Amino acid sequence: MIVGEQKPLTEIMEQLGEARKVLVAGCGTCVTVCFAGGEKEVGILASALRMKSKLDGRPIEVDEITVQRQCEWEYIDPLAEQLQGYDIVVSLACGIGVQAMNERFSEIITLPGINTTSLSLPVEQGIWEERCQACGDCILDLTLGICPIARCSKQLLNGPCGGSQRGECEVNPDVPCAWQLIWERAIKFGKMDQLLEMQPPKNWSSSRDGGPRKIVREDLRLAEEGK
Amino acid sequence: MAEAAKEQSNGYKSGSNLEKVLTNGYFAVTGELGPPQGSDLEEILHKSQLLRGVVDAVNITDNQTAVVRMSSIASGVLAMREGLEPIVQMTCRDRNRLAIQADLLGASALGMRNLLCLTGDHQSFGNHPTAKNVHDIDSVQLVRMVKDMRDDNIFQCGDPIKFGNPRFFIGAASNPFADPFEYRPYRLAKKVAAGVDFIQTQLIYDIPRFREFMKRVVDLGLHKKVYILAGVGPIKSAGAARYMRDKVPGMIVQDMYVDRMNAAVADIPKEEKKARREAWQAEGIKMCIEQIQEIKEIEGVAGVHIMAIEWEEAVKPIVEGAGLFPRPTME
Repeated sequence: MIVGEQKPLTEIMEQLGEARKVLVAGCGTCVTVCFAGGEKEVGILASALRMKSKLDGRPIEVDEITVQRQCEWEYIDPLAEQLQGYDIVVSLACGIGVQAMNERFSEIITLPGINTTSLSLPVEQGIWEERCQACGDCILDLTLGICPIARCSKQLLNGPCGGSQRGECEVNPDVPCAWQLIWERAIKFGKMDQLLEMQPPKNWSSSRDGGPRKIVREDLRLAEEGK
Repeated sequence: MAEAAKEQSNGYKSGSNLEKVLTNGYFAVTGELGPPQGSDLEEILHKSQLLRGVVDAVNITDNQTAVVRMSSIASGVLAMREGLEPIVQMTCRDRNRLAIQADLLGASALGMRNLLCLTGDHQSFGNHPTAKNVHDIDSVQLVRMVKDMRDDNIFQCGDPIKFGNPRFFIGAASNPFADPFEYRPYRLAKKVAAGVDFIQTQLIYDIPRFREFMKRVVDLGLHKKVYILAGVGPIKSAGAARYMRDKVPGMIVQDMYVDRMNAAVADIPKEEKKARREAWQAEGIKMCIEQIQEIKEIEGVAGVHIMAIEWEEAVKPIVEGAGLFPRPTME
């Protein structure tokens, strides 16, 4: 899922500047599940903004709303009227939601209330670990189901660097070395030979390096009226 | 063009001194020179004087430990003017395949003949931890790219190199002390398959483990396909030994090294700093000489790489003490 973390209150306050009437907008999908931007977090942030601005001697009027999915037009279109009268919207959705709001409602500025961090797996309650970088050219078949692009700090394709020790990444002992995991899995399935093959340089053009990515599925597009 | 180049070089791949020393069967000795964190020449000139004639070639590090320094190629040119043969280090951390190839063309044109292909320490260890890293290619792919440039006259994309192919004696690193240990000889095998000519290992402070690693390397027949230079280095103090043992990722330091450094100053009071320093340095050099003598006898070892970082003065007494001086003069 897409995972994010709420920005510090002081940073959000700074973003607000002179705004006196603010709407905090949550999202009911990924950021709800990762406890960063759902209805509950919207309520907490809204209260915090009210209290902080009051303490600062410049009270802000803060309202709350949460839609099921900020990244789809059909869920945000009904907001059009509700946005009337606000100086600013603070979105607690991921970066996609924030941009969808700005695109759909170009007359009002929507600011980011969270930092979108990763495509992660909630490995246990309260812990999210990155699993995918959306590189656009999946190689999990070559690496026994463990992604070195997302999970190796150096995105190595031909085995572990010299900093791997006791299964830990040199960058942070809390991060497991992806290649240690890949090697262990290769042993389990007797596929060590697969890791002896040299992997050529990766084609990064399908990743962000090729520019912003776009998928067009003609089979799914709706025929334009009049055509 | 490749054939003509080969003729010019009498059949050598690069014609570097290091290549000649190794291919003629001598036990090679390489050193290391860290470029300055600034643009002054003085440090390079000074270090060059300490290493000239003492080693066969000298690694010029590339932003080692991710700290910005004068570029490896520029420092290499300056060191070459001072009579050293540089081994240019090139990491995949700071450059993509375009930048690496462009720099290699330049390095070759400037007379560099040895190249060490490295992944690179992560930038979080250095002085620009907020930097973006590159890792477009990895060290194995880098080895292959350089070999293709040299032997097949092609850029990584497959386009022909029309105006002279860079000729490097290609090196890479191997760390017998990193995990997974069982995979390490195979990773070395990958580098051999990619076309590496020589290997320099991580600093060895656990000879039994290195011996086991080399046994596996020999069993795979890799020692016949690549020259393996064992990494050694004098320890400067008991604190340095402890630091390497406890803090440096990818290193194993047996307690014996820490104990000997402690013992070296056991009879010297703490306030006699100079005497303690000298005792440590003498013991560090002595241990390094002993290490070389022991490692030299291990099957498959073709030379030593002496890493005396910011202690270049130690290299000459080590090479002499290990009976490796004078160095052979190649035609």
